[in-house]
Amino acid sequence: MKNCLVVDDSKVIRKVARHILESLNISVSEACDGRDALNQCESASHDVVLLDWNMPVMNGMEFLQQLTATKAAASRPKVIFCTTENGLGHIKAALDAGADEYVMKPFDRDTLESKLQIVGVI
Amino acid sequence: MTGSRQSGAIRMIAALLEARTGQVLSENRMWRLETSLKPLMRANSLRSLEDLVARLADQGGGPLANDVVNALLNNESSFFRDHHVFQMLATQILPHIAQTRKEKSLRIWSAGCSTGQEAYSLAMTLRKQADLWKGWQISILATDISSSVVERAQAGLFSQIDVQRGLAVNDLLRWFEPAGDTWRISQELRHMIDFRVDNLFEPQAPSGSYDLVMCRNVQFYFSAEMRRKVFGCLARHSAPGGYLILGAGETVIGQTIDFTASMQFRGIYERVRPKEDASSVKAA
Ligand SMILES: C[S@@+](CC[C@H](N)C(=O)[O-])C[C@H]1O[C@@H](n2cnc3c(N)ncnc32)[C@H](O)[C@@H]1O
Repeated sequence: MKNCLVVDDSKVIRKVARHILESLNISVSEACDGRDALNQCESASHDVVLLDWNMPVMNGMEFLQQLTATKAAASRPKVIFCTTENGLGHIKAALDAGADEYVMKPFDRDTLESKLQIVGVI
Repeated sequence: MTGSRQSGAIRMIAALLEARTGQVLSENRMWRLETSLKPLMRANSLRSLEDLVARLADQGGGPLANDVVNALLNNESSFFRDHHVFQMLATQILPHIAQTRKEKSLRIWSAGCSTGQEAYSLAMTLRKQADLWKGWQISILATDISSSVVERAQAGLFSQIDVQRGLAVNDLLRWFEPAGDTWRISQELRHMIDFRVDNLFEPQAPSGSYDLVMCRNVQFYFSAEMRRKVFGCLARHSAPGGYLILGAGETVIGQTIDFTASMQFRGIYERVRPKEDASSVKAA
């Protein structure tokens, strides 16, 4: 079974994402900010990270920069940004920083499912 | 009393839809018909389905009848719908066509194209294989019975939800630009596709034969008789050995003998070659 780390400071979003991911047969762990997520990535391996941008303590971009600095592409999880930042500038910055995909909130099951297919997780 | 009058109106509208498009409404969808028509009724200051039927009777086949049909069709679509089909197209079927065809001409038909995502996904796939298609004449015809979706397909404007479902973010960046709340697809792709309003039962737009026909999620609500008719039309316009792609869960089995399951490509159908043609291939 594939597993996904959902990184978002909103409990509601984490719950919605969990619900969708579990219905796709993916197991879920949750982190409430980038620091928490980095710690979890140290101790466990994930197939994919669903990553919010704006979070307290450490935001999604900082998380991604640290992740790519410490792990080679082949050994790190796929990263799907999932955020309310919908501008082209944000999308490009995320991809430049090493994100694999980008989802603009609000998202639905079909969208998430298709993005997981695109990054090759399902 | 009102109940039976209303159900009479529903049946008349269902009959209009079937006569125009071949779609047979299930009981279930019949009872949801009023919800689908609400916006249209409001726009025309019609208070009930009976009023709508009365106005339709007054006007004969006019624009209101078109609007009713448009409102009742299921137009759901998405980019790269059924991901694996487009993967197979990109990595196997299209390269196979490019390598085996003598003339450098490729003709594709998206039949029942809705708002254009299927045709645009094909166009993107072909553009990404620029080397493979150097020197080729490529044409894509995309048809739908509903004028409103064809207009939207031509305009190439998609909502944020549309451009996320099935579309990789790199494709979004490469082929779209933001236009207010929506995204506009590039002119380069729009120019590759000929979008036309056309009814599969009285087809005018397709001419000659196509190497690849996609007719996906269109025939779901057709009666067996209607399906036979549509497969006849698809067969007439398919090149010998041409490929036919149906929607997930749709099949030619028991509906037509003009197409057969491809041995090479799983889930894809091929136009059966006429007899003489088949023997000449064997002899070669
Ligand atoms: C559910 S959409 C599928 C769109 C696309 N092929 C896909 O799979 O994503 C079905 C389309 O078939 C069109 N359609 C229904 N009856 C038709 C007919 N008789 N002739 C042409 N198009 C028709 C509808 O208007 C609708 O846009």
